Amino acid sequence: MNTSELIKKLAADTRRTSIPLPAMWWGAVVIAVFFAAGVFFAILGPRPDIAAAAATARFLFKFLFATALAASAFGCAAALSRPGANWHNAALGISAAPTLLAMAVIAELFALSPAAWLAAMIGRNGLVCMTYIPLIGLGPLAIFLWILHRSAPTRPAVAGSVAGLLAGGIGAFAYAAHCNDDSPLFVATWYSLAIAGLVALGAAGASRFARW
Amino acid sequence: MERRDEAELARLMRAAISGDERAYGDFLQKAACLVRHLARRKIVHGGIDPEDIVQETLLAIHLKRHTWRQDAPILPWLYAIARYKLIDSFRRRGRRLEIEIGEIAETFAGPTSETLNDREIGHALTALAPGQRSVVESISVDGRSIGETAKWLGMSEAAVRVAFHRGLTAITGRFGQKQNEYK
Repeated sequence: MNTSELIKKLAADTRRTSIPLPAMWWGAVVIAVFFAAGVFFAILGPRPDIAAAAATARFLFKFLFATALAASAFGCAAALSRPGANWHNAALGISAAPTLLAMAVIAELFALSPAAWLAAMIGRNGLVCMTYIPLIGLGPLAIFLWILHRSAPTRPAVAGSVAGLLAGGIGAFAYAAHCNDDSPLFVATWYSLAIAGLVALGAAGASRFARW
Repeated sequence: MERRDEAELARLMRAAISGDERAYGDFLQKAACLVRHLARRKIVHGGIDPEDIVQETLLAIHLKRHTWRQDAPILPWLYAIARYKLIDSFRRRGRRLEIEIGEIAETFAGPTSETLNDREIGHALTALAPGQRSVVESISVDGRSIGETAKWLGMSEAAVRVAFHRGLTAITGRFGQKQNEYK
Protein backbone atom coordinates (compact mmCIF):
# COMPACT_ATOMS: atom_id res chain seq x y z
CA MET A 1 0.00 0.00 0.00
CA ASN A 2 1.42 3.39 -0.83
CA THR A 3 1.46 6.24 1.63
CA SER A 4 -1.36 8.31 0.18
CA GLU A 5 -3.69 5.30 0.26
CA LEU A 6 -2.73 4.72 3.87
CA ILE A 7 -3.44 8.35 4.69
CA LYS A 8 -6.88 8.09 3.05
CA LYS A 9 -7.73 5.01 5.09
CA LEU A 10 -6.54 6.52 8.36
CA ALA A 11 -8.25 9.85 7.73
CA ALA A 12 -11.56 8.08 7.22
CA ASP A 13 -11.32 6.72 10.75
CA THR A 14 -11.93 9.69 13.02
CA ARG A 15 -13.91 7.80 15.62
CA ARG A 16 -13.48 9.21 19.05
CA THR A 17 -10.24 8.08 20.55
CA SER A 18 -10.07 6.34 23.90
CA ILE A 19 -10.15 8.22 27.20
CA PRO A 20 -7.47 10.95 27.43
CA LEU A 21 -4.24 9.75 28.95
CA PRO A 22 -4.29 11.79 32.20
CA ALA A 23 -7.76 10.43 33.00
CA MET A 24 -6.50 6.93 32.29
CA TRP A 25 -3.63 7.36 34.75
CA TRP A 26 -5.86 8.75 37.49
CA GLY A 27 -8.34 5.94 36.97
CA ALA A 28 -5.50 3.43 37.14
CA VAL A 29 -4.22 4.83 40.42
CA VAL A 30 -7.67 4.76 42.02
CA ILE A 31 -8.19 1.15 40.95
CA ALA A 32 -4.65 0.24 42.06
CA VAL A 33 -5.17 1.78 45.51
CA PHE A 34 -8.46 -0.06 46.00
CA PHE A 35 -6.84 -3.26 44.80
CA ALA A 36 -3.89 -2.86 47.18
CA ALA A 37 -6.23 -2.04 50.06
CA GLY A 38 -8.29 -5.13 49.30
CA VAL A 39 -5.24 -7.40 49.31
CA PHE A 40 -3.94 -5.72 52.45
CA PHE A 41 -7.12 -6.20 54.47
CA ALA A 42 -7.63 -9.71 53.12
CA ILE A 43 -4.20 -11.10 54.02
CA LEU A 44 -2.51 -8.72 56.49
CA GLY A 45 -4.66 -6.12 58.22
CA PRO A 46 -3.37 -3.23 60.33
CA ARG A 47 -1.26 -3.88 63.39
CA PRO A 48 -3.24 -4.12 66.64
CA ASP A 49 -1.59 -1.12 68.31
CA ILE A 50 -2.06 1.17 65.32
CA ALA A 51 -3.72 3.93 67.37
CA ALA A 52 -0.74 4.19 69.71
CA ALA A 53 1.72 3.85 66.82
CA ALA A 54 0.06 6.70 64.96
CA ALA A 55 1.34 9.06 67.63
CA THR A 56 5.00 8.22 66.89
CA ALA A 57 7.11 10.03 64.32
CA ARG A 58 8.82 6.85 63.11
CA PHE A 59 5.51 5.18 62.22
CA LEU A 60 4.20 8.27 60.45
CA PHE A 61 7.44 8.72 58.54
CA LYS A 62 6.87 5.42 56.74
CA PHE A 63 3.73 6.85 55.18
CA LEU A 64 5.44 10.10 54.32
CA PHE A 65 8.16 8.15 52.50
CA ALA A 66 5.68 5.92 50.65
CA THR A 67 3.50 8.87 49.67
CA ALA A 68 6.45 10.92 48.39
CA LEU A 69 7.64 7.96 46.35
CA ALA A 70 4.24 7.16 44.85
CA ALA A 71 3.38 10.78 44.07
CA SER A 72 6.66 11.58 42.34
CA ALA A 73 6.69 8.28 40.43
CA PHE A 74 3.12 8.92 39.31
CA GLY A 75 4.04 12.21 37.62
CA CYS A 76 7.09 10.68 36.00
CA ALA A 77 5.26 7.58 34.75
CA ALA A 78 2.53 9.73 33.21
CA ALA A 79 5.16 11.85 31.42
CA LEU A 80 7.02 8.76 30.22
CA SER A 81 3.88 7.37 28.64
CA ARG A 82 3.53 10.41 26.36
CA PRO A 83 5.95 10.77 23.42
CA GLY A 84 7.96 13.97 23.49
CA ALA A 85 6.93 14.91 27.03
CA ASN A 86 9.64 16.20 29.32
CA TRP A 87 10.03 13.46 31.92
CA HIS A 88 13.50 14.42 33.14
CA ASN A 89 12.25 17.01 35.63
CA ALA A 90 9.71 14.55 36.95
CA ALA A 91 12.48 11.97 37.26
CA LEU A 92 14.47 14.40 39.39
CA GLY A 93 11.41 14.76 41.61
CA ILE A 94 11.61 11.05 42.40
CA SER A 95 14.79 11.74 44.36
CA ALA A 96 12.60 13.42 47.02
CA ALA A 97 11.68 10.08 48.61
CA PRO A 98 15.24 8.71 48.93
CA THR A 99 16.38 12.12 50.19
CA LEU A 100 13.73 12.10 52.91
CA LEU A 101 14.71 8.56 53.80
CA ALA A 102 18.40 9.46 53.99
CA MET A 103 17.61 12.34 56.31
CA ALA A 104 15.49 10.07 58.51
CA VAL A 105 18.30 7.51 58.61
CA ILE A 106 20.79 10.16 59.74
CA ALA A 107 18.38 11.35 62.43
CA GLU A 108 17.88 7.77 63.56
CA LEU A 109 21.64 7.17 63.77
CA PHE A 110 21.84 10.14 66.16
CA ALA A 111 18.79 9.01 68.14
CA LEU A 112 19.97 5.43 68.69
CA SER A 113 23.16 4.27 70.35
CA PRO A 114 25.52 2.54 67.87
CA ALA A 115 24.93 -0.74 69.68
CA ALA A 116 21.25 -0.60 68.71
CA TRP A 117 21.83 0.21 65.02
CA LEU A 118 22.15 -3.31 63.73
CA ALA A 119 19.12 -4.64 65.61
CA ALA A 120 17.01 -1.74 64.34
CA MET A 121 18.14 -2.34 60.80
CA ILE A 122 17.50 -6.07 60.76
CA GLY A 123 14.24 -5.77 62.71
CA ARG A 124 11.94 -8.76 62.99
CA ASN A 125 9.95 -8.58 59.78
CA GLY A 126 12.56 -8.35 57.03
CA LEU A 127 11.33 -11.35 55.10
CA VAL A 128 7.68 -10.51 55.73
CA CYS A 129 8.35 -7.07 54.30
CA MET A 130 10.16 -8.51 51.28
CA THR A 131 7.20 -10.81 50.65
CA TYR A 132 4.21 -8.56 51.19
CA ILE A 133 5.29 -5.28 49.60
CA PRO A 134 5.82 -7.00 46.23
CA LEU A 135 2.69 -9.07 46.75
CA ILE A 136 0.53 -6.01 47.41
CA GLY A 137 2.29 -4.07 44.63
CA LEU A 138 1.91 -6.78 42.01
CA GLY A 139 -1.70 -5.96 41.09
CA PRO A 140 -1.06 -2.20 40.85
CA LEU A 141 2.04 -2.88 38.74
CA ALA A 142 0.00 -4.99 36.33
CA ILE A 143 -2.53 -2.15 36.01
CA PHE A 144 0.22 0.40 35.31
CA LEU A 145 1.90 -1.86 32.76
CA TRP A 146 -1.44 -2.13 31.01
CA ILE A 147 -1.66 1.66 30.85
CA LEU A 148 1.86 1.76 29.42
CA HIS A 149 0.78 -0.80 26.87
CA ARG A 150 -2.20 1.38 25.90
CA SER A 151 -0.13 4.58 25.76
CA ALA A 152 3.12 5.22 23.92
CA PRO A 153 6.28 5.05 26.05
CA THR A 154 9.31 5.71 23.86
CA ARG A 155 11.53 4.35 26.67
CA PRO A 156 9.60 1.24 27.72
CA ALA A 157 12.16 -0.07 30.21
CA VAL A 158 12.49 3.28 31.99
CA ALA A 159 8.73 3.72 32.06
CA GLY A 160 8.35 0.21 33.46
CA SER A 161 10.89 0.91 36.22
CA VAL A 162 9.03 4.04 37.24
CA ALA A 163 5.75 2.11 37.18
CA GLY A 164 7.51 -0.32 39.54
CA LEU A 165 8.39 2.57 41.88
CA LEU A 166 4.77 3.73 41.81
CA ALA A 167 3.49 0.23 42.60
CA GLY A 168 6.21 -0.05 45.25
CA GLY A 169 5.09 3.20 46.87
CA ILE A 170 1.51 1.94 47.05
CA GLY A 171 2.60 -1.45 48.37
CA ALA A 172 4.87 0.17 50.95
CA PHE A 173 2.07 2.48 52.14
CA ALA A 174 -0.26 -0.44 52.77
CA TYR A 175 2.36 -2.69 54.30
CA ALA A 176 3.59 0.08 56.63
CA ALA A 177 0.24 -0.05 58.44
CA HIS A 178 0.86 -3.69 59.30
CA CYS A 179 4.55 -3.75 60.15
CA ASN A 180 5.77 -2.92 63.64
CA ASP A 181 9.34 -2.30 62.59
CA ASP A 182 9.31 1.48 62.36
CA SER A 183 12.99 2.39 62.35
CA PRO A 184 14.13 4.30 59.23
CA LEU A 185 17.09 1.91 59.24
CA PHE A 186 14.65 -0.95 58.67
CA VAL A 187 12.77 0.99 56.00
CA ALA A 188 15.96 1.92 54.17
CA THR A 189 17.04 -1.71 54.06
CA TRP A 190 14.01 -3.89 53.54
CA TYR A 191 11.51 -1.55 51.91
CA SER A 192 14.19 -0.55 49.39
CA LEU A 193 14.90 -4.18 48.53
CA ALA A 194 11.23 -5.00 48.19
CA ILE A 195 10.58 -1.97 45.99
CA ALA A 196 13.66 -2.74 43.90
CA GLY A 197 12.09 -6.10 43.11
CA LEU A 198 9.01 -4.38 41.72
CA VAL A 199 11.20 -1.97 39.75
CA ALA A 200 13.05 -4.87 38.11
CA LEU A 201 9.76 -6.60 37.37
CA GLY A 202 8.32 -3.39 35.92
CA ALA A 203 11.33 -2.85 33.66
CA ALA A 204 11.25 -6.42 32.38
CA GLY A 205 7.48 -6.40 31.96
CA ALA A 206 7.36 -3.11 30.12
CA SER A 207 10.17 -3.98 27.73
CA ARG A 208 8.09 -6.98 26.76
CA PHE A 209 4.50 -5.74 26.91
CA ALA A 210 4.75 -2.00 26.35
CA ARG A 211 6.39 -2.08 22.90
CA TRP A 212 4.24 -0.56 20.20
CA MET B 1 8.89 27.77 9.50
CA GLU B 2 9.02 25.42 12.45
CA ARG B 3 6.67 27.63 14.44
CA ARG B 4 4.20 27.87 11.56
CA ASP B 5 4.27 24.07 11.15
CA GLU B 6 3.68 23.71 14.85
CA ALA B 7 0.63 25.98 14.99
CA GLU B 8 -0.85 24.60 11.77
CA LEU B 9 -0.37 20.95 12.72
CA ALA B 10 -1.79 21.48 16.20
CA ARG B 11 -4.84 23.21 14.70
CA LEU B 12 -5.40 20.39 12.18
CA MET B 13 -5.03 17.70 14.84
CA ARG B 14 -7.48 19.43 17.17
CA ALA B 15 -9.98 19.61 14.31
CA ALA B 16 -9.28 15.94 13.54
CA ILE B 17 -9.93 14.87 17.11
CA SER B 18 -13.31 16.58 16.99
CA GLY B 19 -14.14 14.53 13.89
CA ASP B 20 -12.96 16.58 10.88
CA GLU B 21 -11.77 14.02 8.31
CA ARG B 22 -10.42 16.59 5.87
CA ALA B 23 -8.30 18.21 8.54
CA TYR B 24 -7.03 14.79 9.61
CA GLY B 25 -6.08 13.94 6.05
CA ASP B 26 -4.18 17.23 5.75
CA PHE B 27 -2.50 16.60 9.08
CA LEU B 28 -1.32 13.14 8.06
CA GLN B 29 -0.10 14.48 4.71
CA LYS B 30 2.02 17.13 6.42
CA ALA B 31 3.21 14.70 9.06
CA ALA B 32 4.26 12.28 6.31
CA CYS B 33 6.41 15.01 4.70
CA LEU B 34 8.15 15.83 7.99
CA VAL B 35 8.79 12.18 8.81
CA ARG B 36 9.98 11.42 5.26
CA HIS B 37 12.47 14.24 5.59
CA LEU B 38 13.70 12.94 8.94
CA ALA B 39 13.90 9.33 7.76
CA ARG B 40 15.86 10.22 4.61
CA ARG B 41 18.33 12.19 6.69
CA LYS B 42 18.78 9.45 9.30
CA ILE B 43 18.94 6.40 7.03
CA VAL B 44 22.38 6.79 5.53
CA HIS B 45 23.42 3.19 4.95
CA GLY B 46 20.35 2.03 3.07
CA GLY B 47 18.71 -1.28 3.85
CA ILE B 48 15.63 0.45 5.24
CA ASP B 49 13.07 2.09 3.01
CA PRO B 50 12.34 5.57 4.42
CA GLU B 51 8.78 5.17 3.18
CA ASP B 52 8.35 2.17 5.53
CA ILE B 53 9.27 4.44 8.43
CA VAL B 54 6.79 7.03 7.18
CA GLN B 55 3.97 4.50 7.07
CA GLU B 56 4.81 2.90 10.41
CA THR B 57 4.93 6.35 12.01
CA LEU B 58 1.60 7.41 10.47
CA LEU B 59 -0.01 4.24 11.76
CA ALA B 60 1.47 4.79 15.22
CA ILE B 61 0.28 8.41 15.21
CA HIS B 62 -3.19 7.18 14.37
CA LEU B 63 -3.29 4.46 17.02
CA LYS B 64 -1.66 6.60 19.72
CA ARG B 65 -3.27 9.95 18.99
CA HIS B 66 -4.91 9.95 22.43
CA THR B 67 -1.42 10.36 23.92
CA TRP B 68 -1.15 13.90 22.54
CA ARG B 69 -2.32 16.49 25.05
CA GLN B 70 -4.19 19.20 23.16
CA ASP B 71 -2.43 22.00 25.03
CA ALA B 72 1.04 20.53 24.46
CA PRO B 73 3.22 21.28 21.40
CA ILE B 74 2.66 18.71 18.68
CA LEU B 75 6.01 18.61 16.87
CA PRO B 76 7.98 17.11 19.79
CA TRP B 77 5.24 14.48 20.09
CA LEU B 78 5.32 13.70 16.38
CA TYR B 79 9.11 13.54 16.16
CA ALA B 80 9.35 11.39 19.29
CA ILE B 81 7.05 8.83 17.65
CA ALA B 82 9.00 8.98 14.37
CA ARG B 83 12.31 8.53 16.19
CA TYR B 84 10.93 5.60 18.16
CA LYS B 85 9.82 3.90 14.96
CA LEU B 86 13.15 4.65 13.32
CA ILE B 87 15.15 3.17 16.21
CA ASP B 88 12.82 0.19 16.33
CA SER B 89 13.42 -0.40 12.65
CA PHE B 90 17.22 -0.08 13.02
CA ARG B 91 17.10 -2.58 15.87
CA ARG B 92 15.05 -5.08 13.92
CA ARG B 93 17.38 -4.70 10.96
CA GLY B 94 20.39 -5.17 13.24
CA ARG B 95 18.91 -8.39 14.46
CA ARG B 96 18.23 -9.52 10.91
CA LEU B 97 21.80 -8.70 9.92
CA GLU B 98 23.11 -10.76 12.82
CA ILE B 99 21.03 -13.70 11.67
CA GLU B 100 22.24 -13.34 8.10
CA ILE B 101 25.88 -13.19 9.19
CA GLY B 102 25.34 -16.20 11.43
CA GLU B 103 23.99 -18.19 8.50
CA ILE B 104 26.83 -17.14 6.24
CA ALA B 105 29.40 -18.03 8.87
CA GLU B 106 27.90 -21.49 9.14
CA THR B 107 27.82 -22.07 5.39
CA PHE B 108 31.26 -20.74 4.59
CA ALA B 109 33.28 -21.55 7.64
CA GLY B 110 36.55 -20.89 5.81
CA PRO B 111 38.60 -17.95 7.09
CA THR B 112 39.43 -16.99 3.48
CA SER B 113 35.97 -15.46 3.07
CA GLU B 114 36.91 -12.81 5.61
CA THR B 115 38.11 -9.48 4.38
CA LEU B 116 41.15 -8.32 6.28
CA ASN B 117 42.20 -4.83 7.10
CA ASP B 118 45.65 -3.46 6.28
CA ARG B 119 46.98 -3.84 9.81
CA GLU B 120 46.02 -7.49 9.91
CA ILE B 121 47.57 -8.12 6.50
CA GLY B 122 50.77 -6.37 7.56
CA HIS B 123 50.81 -8.45 10.70
CA ALA B 124 50.36 -11.67 8.74
CA LEU B 125 53.04 -10.74 6.23
CA THR B 126 55.74 -10.23 8.83
CA ALA B 127 55.24 -13.83 9.92
CA LEU B 128 56.14 -15.20 6.48
CA ALA B 129 59.54 -16.33 5.22
CA PRO B 130 61.29 -13.38 3.47
CA GLY B 131 61.02 -14.91 -0.02
CA GLN B 132 57.30 -15.63 0.26
CA ARG B 133 56.75 -12.28 1.89
CA SER B 134 58.17 -10.19 -0.94
CA VAL B 135 56.13 -12.20 -3.46
CA VAL B 136 52.84 -11.94 -1.56
CA GLU B 137 53.46 -8.28 -0.84
CA SER B 138 54.21 -7.55 -4.46
CA ILE B 139 51.04 -9.27 -5.71
CA SER B 140 48.49 -8.68 -2.94
CA VAL B 141 49.52 -5.32 -1.57
CA ASP B 142 51.24 -3.55 -4.46
CA GLY B 143 48.97 -5.15 -7.06
CA ARG B 144 51.60 -6.40 -9.55
CA SER B 145 50.84 -9.34 -11.83
CA ILE B 146 52.73 -12.61 -11.54
CA GLY B 147 54.83 -11.76 -14.60
CA GLU B 148 55.74 -8.32 -13.26
CA THR B 149 56.62 -9.77 -9.89
CA ALA B 150 58.85 -12.39 -11.49
CA LYS B 151 60.69 -9.70 -13.42
CA TRP B 152 60.94 -7.39 -10.40
CA LEU B 153 62.31 -10.08 -8.06
CA GLY B 154 64.37 -11.83 -10.74
CA MET B 155 62.53 -15.13 -10.27
CA SER B 156 60.85 -17.52 -12.71
CA GLU B 157 57.08 -17.20 -13.04
CA ALA B 158 56.62 -20.77 -11.79
CA ALA B 159 58.64 -20.01 -8.66
CA VAL B 160 56.55 -16.86 -8.03
CA ARG B 161 53.36 -18.89 -8.37
CA VAL B 162 54.56 -21.49 -5.90
CA ALA B 163 55.81 -18.89 -3.37
CA PHE B 164 52.56 -16.91 -3.66
CA HIS B 165 50.44 -20.01 -3.13
CA ARG B 166 52.50 -21.17 -0.12
CA GLY B 167 52.49 -17.68 1.37
CA LEU B 168 48.72 -17.39 1.11
CA THR B 169 48.24 -20.85 2.58
CA ALA B 170 50.45 -19.91 5.51
CA ILE B 171 48.50 -16.70 6.10
CA THR B 172 45.08 -18.33 5.95
CA GLY B 173 46.39 -21.10 8.20
CA ARG B 174 47.47 -18.53 10.75
CA PHE B 175 44.13 -16.73 10.63
CA GLY B 176 42.27 -20.00 11.02
CA GLN B 177 44.32 -20.73 14.14
CA LYS B 178 43.71 -17.27 15.51
CA GLN B 179 39.97 -17.61 15.04
CA ASN B 180 40.01 -20.94 16.82
CA GLU B 181 41.85 -19.34 19.71
CA TYR B 182 39.14 -16.72 20.02
CA LYS B 183 36.36 -19.29 20.19
